[in-house]
Amino acid sequence: MNVFALLFVVVGLGLIGWLTARARAVRFDRGGQKRLHSLPSQHGWYVAMWTVLPALLFIAVWSALSPALIKDQVLKSPAASQLSDFAFERDTILGEARDVALGRADATFDDTATALVEPMRAAIAFYGWTGTGIAILLAFAGGAFAFTRTSPTFRARTRVERGLMLILLLASLIAILTTVGIFLSLFWESMRFFAMVPPQDFLFSTHWSPQLIDPNNPGKSLGAVPLFWGTFFIGAVIAMLVAIPFGLMSAIYLTQYAAPRVRRWMKPLLEILAGVPTVVYGYFAALTVAPAVRNLAVFLGMPFASAESALAAGLVMGVMIIPFVSSLADDSIAAVPTAMRDGSLAMGATNSETISRVLLPAALPGVVAGVLLAVSRAIGETMIVVMAASGAANITLNPFESATTVTKQIVDLLTGESEFDSPKTLAAFALGLTLFVITLLLNIVALRVVKKYREAYE
Amino acid sequence: MTDATPFPTGTGHKMSARGVSVSYGDKQAIRDVSIDVDMDHVTAFIGPSGCGKSTFLRTLNRMNDTIASARVTGEITLDGEDIYSSAMDVVQLRARVGMVFQKPNPFPKSIYENVAYGPRIHGLAASKGALDGIVEQSLRRAGLWDEVKDRLSDSGTALSGGQQQRLCIARAIAVDPEVILMDEPCSALDPIATAKIEELIHELKGRYAIVIVTHNMQQAARVSQKTAFFHLGQLVEYGDTDNIFTAPKQERTKDYITGRYG
Repeated sequence: MNVFALLFVVVGLGLIGWLTARARAVRFDRGGQKRLHSLPSQHGWYVAMWTVLPALLFIAVWSALSPALIKDQVLKSPAASQLSDFAFERDTILGEARDVALGRADATFDDTATALVEPMRAAIAFYGWTGTGIAILLAFAGGAFAFTRTSPTFRARTRVERGLMLILLLASLIAILTTVGIFLSLFWESMRFFAMVPPQDFLFSTHWSPQLIDPNNPGKSLGAVPLFWGTFFIGAVIAMLVAIPFGLMSAIYLTQYAAPRVRRWMKPLLEILAGVPTVVYGYFAALTVAPAVRNLAVFLGMPFASAESALAAGLVMGVMIIPFVSSLADDSIAAVPTAMRDGSLAMGATNSETISRVLLPAALPGVVAGVLLAVSRAIGETMIVVMAASGAANITLNPFESATTVTKQIVDLLTGESEFDSPKTLAAFALGLTLFVITLLLNIVALRVVKKYREAYE
Repeated sequence: MTDATPFPTGTGHKMSARGVSVSYGDKQAIRDVSIDVDMDHVTAFIGPSGCGKSTFLRTLNRMNDTIASARVTGEITLDGEDIYSSAMDVVQLRARVGMVFQKPNPFPKSIYENVAYGPRIHGLAASKGALDGIVEQSLRRAGLWDEVKDRLSDSGTALSGGQQQRLCIARAIAVDPEVILMDEPCSALDPIATAKIEELIHELKGRYAIVIVTHNMQQAARVSQKTAFFHLGQLVEYGDTDNIFTAPKQERTKDYITGRYG
């Protein structure tokens, strides 16, 4: 049976469980008691949970397991004896057979695959119906178990609360487990890379030219230092030189100077900046800012200035980050108690003295945390640099020269035709892992700073 | 001073208010209050919550300016000068009329920096030595010197509530004001810390004109020589503290003093 149909049936069973349990609870013999421990609908929810949850969990596990079980059974069939031992080829043939068995394709290209269609069809049907049967059985069993427990004295309310907590816990675990999964898959691919390229070459050597890799010494042209430098230079230096002053100043204006009426339309307007898709910023950087920056460079006497300068990408990235910095700084300035501000003003301090000597120092940890989060966003930003930054890996301090970033290189390495176990492609995973670790560290530091700051004020 | 000035310095009153009304948007908080504050007195404002006594206090150093919707009408003078006239610089005014708030609000800086804050922004100390002198003198006057002299670089927020409030008083004294406004300075403190602040007010009397808002009638009776009773945004009665508490002229004052409401 189709998984969606199965889900539908399970949820339907849950609904039936809810209705019957509720109907039963309504007719409970109250035995002279004015109120029961739990409401009828809570009994209903209790039964519905027991009907749906075990079956759902089983379906999730089964969907993950059954492809392997099906493959195992097909390989045991006599027709599979001629299959190649080479995993990649074998999987392709099995895939063909599966497509035909499921009716997604009319015929196979490979004769072995044709022979495998029948065993495949049988295996799919067998495991499909087994899974469906167990799921429905579980739903019935769970529902029946819960239904027999409902009684006037049964504390369904407590159980439902606990069940809800469990569901919420599972939901939050999924995000965490996904992060762990992402990390593990990156880590795994990176390990394959580091088996071919020594980590010290990758992390510390300064020559990056993945298009010309010497098969005997791939580490020679896969030194990622220029990439890290470019990322740092564009995302943490140029972009922050734009984002920090403008973000901070706009936050100060909005919290301290702007009349409520001005603030009411200006703050949303600023936040719209944050909602612009980064690809649009990318166009803006590549088509408008980059030529202007090059013209400026030529004007300043650099006739061979790059049209893909670090400055253009960094400037636009900075503008993109402004609302981010501004809104975090806004929050932390607003979190400084009004009593501080009043205390300073009552001493005869001017508005700007109050801001620079009392409000900003008090808000500083929050502002710093905001900046760190902004940096971690900027260095992970991809679209702007893909469109506006250069592919040339330079270590340079001149913002008019081209520079490349980690994210830009990842995109370049993974697009186009390439096999998946060459050092060139795997380097993308190593880059991704490094970036992941750096932004993770930045976020951890930022969160710690924020936490310390909160403790200081409450 | 021109002849047109209605309350020349010669009247002897440090601050005078005539027909002062304050409104927040549509809501009128203070109606037609006239009062004089003298140098050698502690003046107490008493009254039930929401009667406008704090609002009125804040008009005396224009702290209501920080509230966008607040509108002040009438006239308030400091040494005969209208403090709401365009000639009056609010920075100068607040240096002359200091304020201590309900909740101690030391800056998250060191004890030393808290006291040095005012002298620094007003450029009162020519040298580091002079600044040290001002800090020590202010802390001594606030009765805090002996407790903190060995840890001036500790954070002001690490002190106890009562010490924080005395630090705030030291901070206000440091710019050498003429008037000190205190907005329920003891309402967040325990009885012992309160007693210390009251003692301090006694010691500061005469050097500064002190105006204290309090909801504690015993406190008003203990620390003040003049008492003003506010009710529903109006000044009901103003006179010598002894008279207000023993022989109030107004029925409303009597009811409040004897605990009939408030």
